[in-house]
Amino acid sequence: MKHLLSIADLTPTDLTDLLDLTESFVEVNERPIPKVPALRGKTVVSLFFEDSTRTRLSFETAAKRLSADTMTFSVSTSSVKKGESVRDTVETIEAMGIHALVVRHASAGVPAQVSRWVRGASVINGGDGWHEHPTQALLDAFTLRQHLHTIEGRHVAIVGDIKHSRVARSDALAFTALGARVTLVAPPTLLPPSLDGWPVEVSYDLDDVLPKIDACYLLRMQRERMTEALVPSLREYASLYGLTPERADRLGPEALIMHPGPMNRGVEIAGEVTDRPNVVVIDQVRNGVAVRMAVLYSLLGGPDAAPEETDQP
Amino acid sequence: MTQLVLRGATVLDATGERRADVAVGDDGRIAAVAPDIDATGMGPAVRVLDAAGCVLTPGFVDLHTHLREPGKEEAETVESGSRCAALGGYTAILAMPNTTPAIDSAAVARLVLDLGEKALVDVHTSGAITVGREGASLAPMGEMAALGVRLFTDDGAGVQDDRLMRRAMEYAVGLRGRGQPVVLAQHCELDSLAEGGHMNEGAWSSRLGIPGIPAEAEELMVMRDLALARRTGAVVHFQHLSTAGSVELVRRAKAAGLPCTAEATTHHFTLTDAACAGYDATFKVNPPLRTADDVAAVREGLADGTIDCIATDHAPHTQEAKEQPFDQAPPGMLGLETALALALTELDLPLARIVALLSWQPARVLGLDAVHGAPIEPGAPANLCVFDPAATWTVDPDRSASRSRNNPYRGRAVRGRVRHTVVGGEPVVIDGEAQR
Repeated sequence: MKHLLSIADLTPTDLTDLLDLTESFVEVNERPIPKVPALRGKTVVSLFFEDSTRTRLSFETAAKRLSADTMTFSVSTSSVKKGESVRDTVETIEAMGIHALVVRHASAGVPAQVSRWVRGASVINGGDGWHEHPTQALLDAFTLRQHLHTIEGRHVAIVGDIKHSRVARSDALAFTALGARVTLVAPPTLLPPSLDGWPVEVSYDLDDVLPKIDACYLLRMQRERMTEALVPSLREYASLYGLTPERADRLGPEALIMHPGPMNRGVEIAGEVTDRPNVVVIDQVRNGVAVRMAVLYSLLGGPDAAPEETDQP
Repeated sequence: MTQLVLRGATVLDATGERRADVAVGDDGRIAAVAPDIDATGMGPAVRVLDAAGCVLTPGFVDLHTHLREPGKEEAETVESGSRCAALGGYTAILAMPNTTPAIDSAAVARLVLDLGEKALVDVHTSGAITVGREGASLAPMGEMAALGVRLFTDDGAGVQDDRLMRRAMEYAVGLRGRGQPVVLAQHCELDSLAEGGHMNEGAWSSRLGIPGIPAEAEELMVMRDLALARRTGAVVHFQHLSTAGSVELVRRAKAAGLPCTAEATTHHFTLTDAACAGYDATFKVNPPLRTADDVAAVREGLADGTIDCIATDHAPHTQEAKEQPFDQAPPGMLGLETALALALTELDLPLARIVALLSWQPARVLGLDAVHGAPIEPGAPANLCVFDPAATWTVDPDRSASRSRNNPYRGRAVRGRVRHTVVGGEPVVIDGEAQR
């Protein structure tokens, strides 16, 4: 694997291998000194054309725990504001001798474009437009597996604004590749115009789906969707598709509640539901670091850099 | 006095096909057409071009060329675009009005026509239907028509306002009545449905997370313009039809006797939206590449006469512009140098039909058919194309005469190559090389 651009590029075996590798980094993260020298001498650059504190911190934490050097390129303070093209930015940064670029951009496809311009560095998609957010899907799959023990045969509902969600695209691909049954739940206005080739089911009725699932994955509902006439109001959205306490009661006792964050309490999820024990949002965040360590290690780690070689006293 | 003899070709025009040599006089007209013209006794001033094994046809006419001048000379100029045209076998091209400033007045139209004087082929210009192509008020079509402008379009966008489009059609009928037979051409795209979209709306846009442009954005405007043409009696031309629904609408309108014409671009019968999968904006174009079903429908329209011409929608853009993120890059692709080869390679149509779609049929839309696309006979203007229908080659955008490189067929093996192009008696392309 040279780049991580899309879950669609990964086979089920690739996915399972990454999740298995993540297990070992979860263990590293539980140590008193959660750091290994695996990527010493490597430099990982966060190239974020779109603000994202969470994903950037998660990647940088992961890189640092592997002893890589990290640099951040954020657009607000950069030459992009002076009119520099993405290609020139990438070529300039790569010339400094870096090994991986984590690219986030509001436009779909930019990480794929960047991967054609780099000479040797690996490109990791840190989220591109509505397209994909592969490391989010990996951490979600890992969290599912952690709590449900297996993903094969499990039934996951992804609820909300699927159309504009890179998380939903990556999750649907990853979960189904790993053998899960996926049901997308949203009004038609928030679904992609075509689901041809998506191995998923669709429902417009959350109440009907809730008792049948092993995990309920809620997506963030953005306020700007109101101005696009996709739903009448946030209030109506919450009443039809929000996970209210009554709806959460319809879930099976073991069913998980997941969210990529940040949550809109009172919209896609009621405030009191967020405190329930089956909400695993914090686990998702925690696993995010381990998953990103696994991704960085897979892309940059050579045979001379195994996670077992630790500096642990 | 004969100045040029084209020897050995099969002559193909609207009247049919025969083996003949063609002599061109120094008046820029065809002097003789005969099975064997011996140039040996004509003196050293006569140039003889070998055309053995080739097809000699009237030059091609492109109804849809973006020359980018004035305003975007870094992407193309009238001269560089005309060189692409000559290399592609075209002897006449029609400049689209979406320049900066727009070609919406006699002054700007005059500028483009003047620039065209130095060009390798005959450069005609369209004019905008509305001032600034802004869709708010009518541009002075009469003043532009007085300069010879025959086709009006806001290309790059459709005229959104129904009432304004109705007025434009009514006004155009008046110009026709004054002896200025103008055609109103439409880039059919309803902004309210298309806005924010960057590729065909469908399975691929959904998977790639790129906002889509639905087929209905085009079809609803085709429907509207057919209805308004029916009411006003205007002659309308549909630009770059891209959907199965549009082709069917035009087919029915023609069957009902409405005097409309239509074009399809090379890329809309050769490429699908799957080409966007790599997020390479070379494949971003407007109207967007559609589905395989749409491609099949466009081919069917070309085969059954619903679509009258193959147009290129040659739309140069700089590398910097095309290397932007897909949703920020401008739409458009090159086409003049590859249209013939792609038509020959991809269309399962008789040669005569393909040449008709490239030459005399578009010439008729523009009323140029006495000069371009005319039958090859003594006295006719010598606007000619000689191509080898069997020659195979590989498309290499880096060898293009365009100032831009956004040709989507990089690396594609194609069949059929232009050998000579003669414009007004002057061989502007000889053996595939532009002469100036």
